[in-house]
Amino acid sequence: MKLVFGEGSCGIAAGARKVRAAVEKLNADNAVEIGITGCIGMCYLEPIVDVYDGGTLVKRLVKVQEKDAERIYKAVADAGRAGAPRPPTASVQQQDGAPLSELADLEISADDKEFLEKQTRIALRHCGLIDPEDIAAYEAVDGYKAIRKVLAMTPEDVIAEIKVSGLAGRGGAGFPTWFKWNAARNAKGEQKYLICNADEGDPGAFMDRAVIESDPHSLIEGMLIAAYAIGATKAFVYVRAEYPLAIVRLEKALAAAKKAGLLGENILGSHFSCDIRIKAGAGAFVCGEETALIESLEGNRGMPRLKPPFPAEKGYTQAPSNINNVETFANVAWIILNGGAAFAAMGTETSKGTKVFALTGKIKRGGLVEIPMGLTLRDVIFGIGGGIRDGGTFKAVQMGGPSGGCIPEHLLDTKIDYKALGATGAIMGSGGMVVMDSHTCMVNMARFFLDFTAKESCGKCVHCRIGTKRMHEILTRITEGKGKEGDVELLQELCNGIKAGALCGLGQTAPNPVLTTIRYFRDEYDAHIREARCPAHECAALKTYSIDPAKCKGCTMCAKKCPVGAITGAVKQPHAIDPAKCIKCGQCAATCKFGAVVIG
Amino acid sequence: MCECCEKSDLSKLTPVFEAFAGDDHALISILQKAQEIYGYLPVDVLYAIAEKTGNSPAKVLGVATFYTQFRLKPVGKNLILLCKGTACHVNGADSIEKALVEELGVGDGETTDDGLFSIKTVACLGCCSLSPVMMINEDTYGSLTPAKAKDIVRKIREASK
Ligand SMILES: Cc1cc2nc3c(=O)[nH]c(=O)nc-3n(C[C@H](O)[C@H](O)[C@H](O)COP(=O)(O)O)c2cc1C
Ligand code: FES
Repeated sequence: MKLVFGEGSCGIAAGARKVRAAVEKLNADNAVEIGITGCIGMCYLEPIVDVYDGGTLVKRLVKVQEKDAERIYKAVADAGRAGAPRPPTASVQQQDGAPLSELADLEISADDKEFLEKQTRIALRHCGLIDPEDIAAYEAVDGYKAIRKVLAMTPEDVIAEIKVSGLAGRGGAGFPTWFKWNAARNAKGEQKYLICNADEGDPGAFMDRAVIESDPHSLIEGMLIAAYAIGATKAFVYVRAEYPLAIVRLEKALAAAKKAGLLGENILGSHFSCDIRIKAGAGAFVCGEETALIESLEGNRGMPRLKPPFPAEKGYTQAPSNINNVETFANVAWIILNGGAAFAAMGTETSKGTKVFALTGKIKRGGLVEIPMGLTLRDVIFGIGGGIRDGGTFKAVQMGGPSGGCIPEHLLDTKIDYKALGATGAIMGSGGMVVMDSHTCMVNMARFFLDFTAKESCGKCVHCRIGTKRMHEILTRITEGKGKEGDVELLQELCNGIKAGALCGLGQTAPNPVLTTIRYFRDEYDAHIREARCPAHECAALKTYSIDPAKCKGCTMCAKKCPVGAITGAVKQPHAIDPAKCIKCGQCAATCKFGAVVIG
Repeated sequence: MCECCEKSDLSKLTPVFEAFAGDDHALISILQKAQEIYGYLPVDVLYAIAEKTGNSPAKVLGVATFYTQFRLKPVGKNLILLCKGTACHVNGADSIEKALVEELGVGDGETTDDGLFSIKTVACLGCCSLSPVMMINEDTYGSLTPAKAKDIVRKIREASK
């Protein structure tokens, strides 16, 4: 019997390593085999521990805690001792009195199993299933077969296969991958470079981290295939600094690949040579933009360059370079092995294959979801994500992060497709899907994003540097109840100016969160400006606190908590809040056990 | 000590310069290594890096101030990275920040007087499904509430007494 611990960043944060350490302590006699894997994407159920019997998954245990370690160990060790080898399909569960049935309360529910069953996984095909630190585990699932196949093909044929697949860039812009490869291949230059964009700047997206942490070899293999196709012999992976585990796993994977002759000179005995190096980013959102990323690789401030010339012509050190996103590369080996047509068979007219989304926010089942293009937002948020948690009501979903927009409820049947999503004013983006319920203020959401872009603007062009700052000021005053009639129109004017005038994608798309919230939630802007009211009750300055005398039991807890003595009332009598003294800290509402504090 | 009389042990940089010798594009990597060594980037270290890499001090400072990872001042023993990314924002990161400020008496970018804690807000730690999230040194803490955040900080303070 084998216990496999899900040790991606979220699993570790939820306590996976502590549980493993506790089990290992008990396992002095090695009665149970212990292993690790990456992130299966069911982050809301972490820590997850899988029980394997002779290579077959027999039980998936979820939300496992340190205190469960002993009982898990005992049940699994007992099952191992009891178990004469079973046919691989027989479930241990079905055997009466089998020790594993002790663990029924930790087992994943049928509902939660749906989360995975409804997905189609290509980029995430191995995530959470194999040991990311063991190259043999990757090779056992057809790993590094695609590069072997590619080395017998011409680079032109490789590009043609990618063209058939219809693969488009997963980093945000959705540009056809074959076209970029072809441009880099045809560009003149002795030395060409391949760059993997693992900067994953959209706050709320984490699929690239999951791929690197859980299946680093599929990224390496995808990059090798791309390097072969464009004729690059040097490659970089630019990983954001906030992902230390991803860097460690990728370093290990690169070392193992090198040892196996899959990297370096004359790969697998061919004429193809390629080296891959990791460069850690240093924290700057704009470095996700490809030309800024190149500046950063060169050791400079990450300020974007004017395009054209595009990187395919003049990229890293002015040499022809091709940049792709992690998820884009993670699809490549699958396409080579299964054929471009198999990939293109999934999806819509304009968007082929699958896309990974990071489902977060007020969602019941948050995690990584990979689905064929063409499903609707509703399919993902309600069908797979299980809808809004804590009994809330859906208000909007934010897609594309600081470059994207908020999509309201009446557009939930929009298909996941580059064109259809673009028509809503949002974008496909890199796959962040932050779900919001009625407690999220959309004006404050726009302010949040403009705060982000204003801080992250590199300062090179005036439209972005000053424009985002002015927008942020206006949005801030609206959320403080100091908005003026005409502010919305002023915002719109600024948006149009910035879109037209900014140098790079950061500035050009920074207005999107503002434009989409104005388009779909204009009434919230008006309520802030005209009535000094925040309909979501989120904006602190506009909140009012009062006590419902019918619900108040006079327990005095709130009065004791109030830091400014704004609450008065006798014991067992309804209390009252003096609005003149109240500083709107919300401690009374957090303290009240009877829900008597009314937030208006 | 004031900045102008800072004296760092510059010999610690020698292996770093050796490791990146001949790489003209390694300035950021060198700064990262230097920060690992000194905990921050002292002024005399920046000058030494400028001289050794053939960059102007202005360029080195320009790079060091562009990226949020670099610090020009020492940080506390425990560095709290508080996520204020989108998912964490929607799930109440502001209330966590408020709780930490209440507990520690310092805000974003500041260090407590006893040198135990520094707070720094970041844009996403990649653990969005556990939001709101913070990271203290190497450990990530998820599904925070204001009370839980205060509690974690108190426990660390107790442990270091
Ligand atoms: C402000 C800004 C930030 C970006 N951030 C990222 C990022 O974090 N990751 C990424 O892969 N692409 C990002 N992009 C898109 C890249 O510029 C580029 O289009 C992409 O890496 C190309 O790879 P692909 O064709 O495989 O998508 C960003 C673009 C802009 C304008
Ligand atoms: S938004 Fe906080 S961890 Fe991603």
